[in-house]
Amino acid sequence: MDNLVRILGTDLGRMLAGLIGVIALVSVNALFLIWMERKVAAHMQLRPGPMEVGWHGAIQTIADALKLMGKELITPAEVDRSVYLLAPIVVFLPVLLSFLVIPFSQTLVIRDMNVGVLLILAFAALTVLAILMAGWASNNKYAVFGSIRSVAQNVAYEIPLLITVMSPILMVGSYRLTDIVAAQEKFWFIVSQPLAFILYITCATAETNRAPFDLPEAESELVAGFHTEYSGMRFGLFFLAEYTNMFIVAALATIFFLGGWRGPVLPGWVWFLLKVYAIIFLIMWFRWTFPRVRFDQLITFAWKILIPLAFANLLLTALVMKLM
Amino acid sequence: MVTYFKEILTGFYSLLAGMAVTIKYFVKPIVTVQYPRQKLSMSPAYRGHTEFVLDLETGTHRCIACEMCARICPSQLITVEGVKIDPKKKVPRKYVIEYQYCSLCGLCVESCPTKALKFSEEYRLAGFSREDCVVDLLARLQAQQQRAGLAVTPRPEARREEGEAKPEGEVKG
Repeated sequence: MDNLVRILGTDLGRMLAGLIGVIALVSVNALFLIWMERKVAAHMQLRPGPMEVGWHGAIQTIADALKLMGKELITPAEVDRSVYLLAPIVVFLPVLLSFLVIPFSQTLVIRDMNVGVLLILAFAALTVLAILMAGWASNNKYAVFGSIRSVAQNVAYEIPLLITVMSPILMVGSYRLTDIVAAQEKFWFIVSQPLAFILYITCATAETNRAPFDLPEAESELVAGFHTEYSGMRFGLFFLAEYTNMFIVAALATIFFLGGWRGPVLPGWVWFLLKVYAIIFLIMWFRWTFPRVRFDQLITFAWKILIPLAFANLLLTALVMKLM
Repeated sequence: MVTYFKEILTGFYSLLAGMAVTIKYFVKPIVTVQYPRQKLSMSPAYRGHTEFVLDLETGTHRCIACEMCARICPSQLITVEGVKIDPKKKVPRKYVIEYQYCSLCGLCVESCPTKALKFSEEYRLAGFSREDCVVDLLARLQAQQQRAGLAVTPRPEARREEGEAKPEGEVKG
């Protein structure tokens, strides 16, 4: 795989190969993650999960995806048509773009930008816009509730997320993701920045709208939240974006705190994927352990605990960097 | 300030404790079964519809067609038709329960003088019509005997020999 990318070293070739690779990765990743989530959920509840289609239900998700594609695309009568149709696309595009800068190994990166971190975090913020569009255009009170919650939650959690990732950036002195991984040659940043790691995982869980912060789509109170009125593949795109977002935040956690592609024996991209799926397992583990927080608890937690702690961590890091 | 940090630390500890519980369950063996292929054996306390006790000494049921069960049944869903196979012995030639009316009171089992009835372990009771709920206990007994490798009791013929004493109170035709 490394060689292939080197052969396609020209900019255009690299872009094309990257695009195909990313689209393949996104779909395979979503198929795998849905299966993994169902298996993790099942085993935590002492049941086997999907077992019928393929080995241990391995291709159950493909069957589900085919069913989803065969479904009718219903557009409710009273929706804001253009915004309603645009929202699933807007939610999916930034997710694809984020893969542009993620280094899967030393050489396996589509475009090694010097503002990689900013690019990913900026595109991640676009997801909120898409959720707001979907909720508002649906003309459904549950969808609006869901999207309002999502906006408030993302405003609250984006801040500690950004401050938290500033600490490792401060230690490296570069926004380039490959530089951040290169700086972890001696030790992983989880050793020197354990608090930042915990804060990052917490914020990332909230960013991806996953339990215990899944208020925007709280199925037990808001039907399905912002995607209540979506059906078929439009709903599928929201679903795909959610699982790909999980991959991206886990990839960032791997790059910032777990040494990216570094690891003995196995090739770099294998180590990278192993670490990413370990982080995703952690997030799934959260989902099947913690009950959903109430909205005021969510906001209180962000503003009173996460943000002060993130600032304290940043100041401490800055102080140590200055003294060293 | 101290309470603030204490709250954070205790809260964090409680989260970890919760995660320890779920990961323990994650590695525990599975307790459910893949239903159509695997089945659980029912507990002896389970009360399905009634069936005949298969007496292993005689290799057949103990029913004497006294109709005590049919009389005591509050829903009157048991139909027993007896036939004398010799002057001293009467056996049912028809024993049918219409299970859809059953209130599972168990009076039939309790009232049986020969303890010929018991609760079965049958739990797959879904059917497409009311007739699917009608259970023929004699046919069921034959299946039980086949499963136990015993000789199947044939259904007694409905015959009334001339000169045989009629049951008391019955009007002669």
